[in-house]
Amino acid sequence: MLTGLPLLTLAIWIPIVFGVLVLATGSDRNAAAARLIALIGAILGFAVTLPLYARFDPLASGFQFVELAPWIESFNVNYHLGIDGVSLLLILLNSFITVLVVVAGREAIQSRVAQYLSAFLFLSGIMNGVFSALDALLFYVFFEATLIPMFIIIGVWGGANRVYAAVKFFLYTLAGSLLSLVALIYLYTVSGGSFSLLDYYQLPLPLEPQILIFLAFLMAFAVKVPMWPVHTWLPDAHVEAPTGGSVVLAAIMLKLGAYGFIRLSLPIVPDASHTLAGFVIALSLIAVVYIGLVALVQADMKKLIAYSSISHMGFVTLGIFIFNSHGLEGAVIQMVSHGFVSGALFLCVGVLYDRIHSRQIADYGGVVNTMPVFAALFMLFAMANSGLPGTSGFVGEFMVILGAMKHGFWYAAAAATTLVFGAAYTLWMYKRVIFGAVASPRVAALSDISAREFLVLGLLAVAVLVMGVWPLPFAEVLHTPVNDLLNHVAQSKLR
Amino acid sequence: MTKMQLLYLIVPLAPLAGALAAGLFGWAIGRRGAHWVTILLMAVSTAASGVVFMDVLDGNTYNGAVYTWLTSGNVRFEIGFLIDRLSATMMLVVNFVSLMVHVYTIGYMADDPGYQRFFSYISLFTFSMLMLVMANNFLQLFFGWEAVGLLSYLLIGFWYTRPTAIHANLKAFLVNRVGDFGFLLGIALVLMYFGTLDYAAVFANARTLAANTIEILPGEAWSLMTVICILLFVGAMGKSAQFPLHVWLPDSMEGPTPISALIHAATMVTAGIFMVARMSPLYELSETALSVVMVIGAITALFMALVAIVQNDIKRVVAYSTLSQLGYMTVALGASAYAAGIFHLVTHAFFKALLFLGAGSVIIALHHEQDMRRMGGLRKYMPVTYWTVLIGAISSAGIPGFAGFFSKDAIIEAVRLSKLPGSDFAYLAVLSCVFVTALYTFRLLLMTFHGPERFHALRAGPEELEKAPEHTDLRPGGFHDDHGAGHGHAPHESPAVVTVPLILLAIPSVCAGWVIGPVLFGGYFGNAIAVAPGHDVLAELGKSFHGVPGMMAHALSTAPFWLAVAGIGTAVYLYRVRPDLPGAIKEKFGLLYTILDRKYGFDEAYQWLFGDGAVRFGTGLWKGGDVAVIDGVFVNGSARAVGWIASVIRYLQSGFIYHYAFAMIIGILVLLTMIFLA
Repeated sequence: MLTGLPLLTLAIWIPIVFGVLVLATGSDRNAAAARLIALIGAILGFAVTLPLYARFDPLASGFQFVELAPWIESFNVNYHLGIDGVSLLLILLNSFITVLVVVAGREAIQSRVAQYLSAFLFLSGIMNGVFSALDALLFYVFFEATLIPMFIIIGVWGGANRVYAAVKFFLYTLAGSLLSLVALIYLYTVSGGSFSLLDYYQLPLPLEPQILIFLAFLMAFAVKVPMWPVHTWLPDAHVEAPTGGSVVLAAIMLKLGAYGFIRLSLPIVPDASHTLAGFVIALSLIAVVYIGLVALVQADMKKLIAYSSISHMGFVTLGIFIFNSHGLEGAVIQMVSHGFVSGALFLCVGVLYDRIHSRQIADYGGVVNTMPVFAALFMLFAMANSGLPGTSGFVGEFMVILGAMKHGFWYAAAAATTLVFGAAYTLWMYKRVIFGAVASPRVAALSDISAREFLVLGLLAVAVLVMGVWPLPFAEVLHTPVNDLLNHVAQSKLR
Repeated sequence: MTKMQLLYLIVPLAPLAGALAAGLFGWAIGRRGAHWVTILLMAVSTAASGVVFMDVLDGNTYNGAVYTWLTSGNVRFEIGFLIDRLSATMMLVVNFVSLMVHVYTIGYMADDPGYQRFFSYISLFTFSMLMLVMANNFLQLFFGWEAVGLLSYLLIGFWYTRPTAIHANLKAFLVNRVGDFGFLLGIALVLMYFGTLDYAAVFANARTLAANTIEILPGEAWSLMTVICILLFVGAMGKSAQFPLHVWLPDSMEGPTPISALIHAATMVTAGIFMVARMSPLYELSETALSVVMVIGAITALFMALVAIVQNDIKRVVAYSTLSQLGYMTVALGASAYAAGIFHLVTHAFFKALLFLGAGSVIIALHHEQDMRRMGGLRKYMPVTYWTVLIGAISSAGIPGFAGFFSKDAIIEAVRLSKLPGSDFAYLAVLSCVFVTALYTFRLLLMTFHGPERFHALRAGPEELEKAPEHTDLRPGGFHDDHGAGHGHAPHESPAVVTVPLILLAIPSVCAGWVIGPVLFGGYFGNAIAVAPGHDVLAELGKSFHGVPGMMAHALSTAPFWLAVAGIGTAVYLYRVRPDLPGAIKEKFGLLYTILDRKYGFDEAYQWLFGDGAVRFGTGLWKGGDVAVIDGVFVNGSARAVGWIASVIRYLQSGFIYHYAFAMIIGILVLLTMIFLA
């Protein structure tokens, strides 16, 4: 029945069309209608991605569900979509998280509801676009377009210092990605007028332009991931963003950079990727260790989780640049898991913030006494963040450490310090916030999570556990693209 | 699926089902429902593991996968079971002790508001521990390894309002994670060189890779097996609390006593011992690793036992005793006497669980009093507890006939025969430790059950209070409040749910040693444990073994027996005959006492170096790196630079036409000049 449908187009445009519809409800008098439409749009958007998984052929090489139509013919720009296993998982994750964010924002957001919800729907569609674009310009447009809704989300619904954070976020990431446009235009010229990524994959390039292109991409993607030392926008953005914004930022937007490395950097400039891999690996390991220590001393829960995100994303970039299947598959698995876990942790902080309006660890203590169900769920996510086996957080880290060992003992050893640091900053925060005697009258007055909050966190808990106990379905779709990519990267483009 | 395969699944899944029922639906099934469902399912699991044990005794083994967890590259990561003599023995011990602890908990936790949660946790722990011992591959081993660590964390912090408890559980988790850091690297090396994490495949290839070397430091070629084995042992040092990663175990006594017995004495802490025994085909290939294991074990055995002498908290004495006994087991592993290590693990599981549960029985009778200085004379009020603890103490001290004697004597003799570097030191340590063990064990017994009744004193005097462990003043919330301090009326014997498990544990604390012949010298473990011919000290020992009575008779003429007797004698002399002496000795050897009392200062040093050190370092990186340099100089700096440049350029845009016209004319002049001069 669904065979004829352009599923990728639907995955991109259903959220966007519903975003327009939500926006059309106008002022907050129609907030109920806006919420309903947004929820329908988000669920529908998720629903159309499910057949992608069901009908995905994990053994087939190349891209599936390909759609190709001319867009700007004078420049040979095409509306060219297609996915492999990597994109598939990220699209599913994105559409799933969008549903949760729409549900979760129900009580916290009471002003400009329609605009808030539509921003998330737009963002969701745009990011599905990034994950499925096979045309370089289309990719770039989607990639940059994600900035706008997030800029608005932080700048309008954010905290006290939201303008600084929003501008920092916008300029930082924009500055990073401008050079990548130059690189794409260069590739357009040398390829004889093509914007197709598939053409770029086959394009022979001398080492020097490869390195320049790689560095241009690195600027764009490293800021997005974010990698040390271009990470400082993230803690500010997270702290000021509303809960939903933090969730999407951490769960999905950070993946855009890592996805860029996999989709653009490695296959287009494989020789430069090899040449500069050591540099990227060094930055990744600094992220794991340095950021792990910085996370330890944060007094603000959101900042702590933001730093934790950077540290965990260090595993992703490490896994990508050690060029073996454990590492690369582990990196993608880690991306998906981090989507669940960091999203859940920001939601947990949101639950507390909605009640007490503080993100400071010192303002809490003994929350378990008044919110036992919440404490149990928070414990699960904290353990997942510490990489406990049986949760999704373990799988990716485990695979990347196995891969790093093949690269060299000390790489694995540096990465494995996360076993200690990750547990230390996560559980120390958990201890100070959740355990202990009731610390203040405000904590004493807390009420446990509502059915709606339970639903959102419960769904994430199921995801975290299923992926931890049985990650095979997630990894299965990765084997072919990862093998193909590794084979591709192993071949020099210097001719 | 065969009937046996179904049983293999039932063994771990029954406790898991119980844990889920009590944990998720505890609110619905109530307290009685929670303990009934978990205990019934534990009984099912115990019965099933009994059947499995009988089946294994018939010579059957099993090695197979349950499901594929993950595939990556050309590696399949599977969840599967390896059922042989070693795992079947562990399954039976774990299940039996766990069942006893489940029953005991009904009495011990009777008034606790977290009753269902507690049952859920201990059942979940049992599930994790079973998965650990039943694993047929390193991945699942690590799963179980970390899962038991999680449950230990949750149970130490069970009374989460107590600051000491939530400090202790964080400490336990993090110290264990330091061990796991090495463990995981060891596993990664195994995967890298063997291409699989399956035990059977790894062990089969171990010999062919024995000559491989690996350069960890440039220019230093180390034996691959040595590196792998030592890294794996670092994991064991965390889990089995070996020096210098032992610091978490004494603090873990903040948890309720049933879990001290189950997790921190009988089962979880022995996971490291079990792991090394399981990996014997690897360890046999590295004498360096074996030496390291033996020396670490010997240090732990002796030096932790010394600390036990000066402890006043009844649970802490037993905790340090556990550390010391774990040291014995580790020494056995290092001497390649794996079977003796596992044998001591089993006997220790019984007599130490007994001692802990006995201590717990005393603690509830005295309304959560743990300081032995406020006990004494309990013998006549709690006869069952007294007699069972006495059995545990005798067994622990290693008096011939009791379980602890056989396993400990075998270890001491095995070390004596070992020729590895460090075995002389190890022998001296384990031998002198016999005296210390008997001394602290009987000190505990005498201070608790004999002598004057000190529990009537409402509160200790100020000078004693300041020396008392700080945490004894913290009671778990909502306990026995109606009793006040509870010292007003006479203590009484604990209910049957407490005493019956004590009796049931006392029986194997006596008898479990009698099977030493077949277990150590009869090839009981078969292929589950590999020993290189040159290392086989147990075979050597077996030549002079002539049955249980012969071993007992022979012991009377050897040093360990007389050391044990001397230890008991010293304890009686110091705590019954001349009770003034301990104080005088403390005065005289003030420095030594302080060192022992402060536990050699490890806690303070680690806190300063790693705890505070990490915070200082992290703050430095954050304030110095992120805030000052990256944001301050580069990010906001470039924003300021743009602002400065703009402020300069702004002068060019003055808005006055004649400025622009003037600039234009100058420009044209310059251009014309350049063209004409060129």
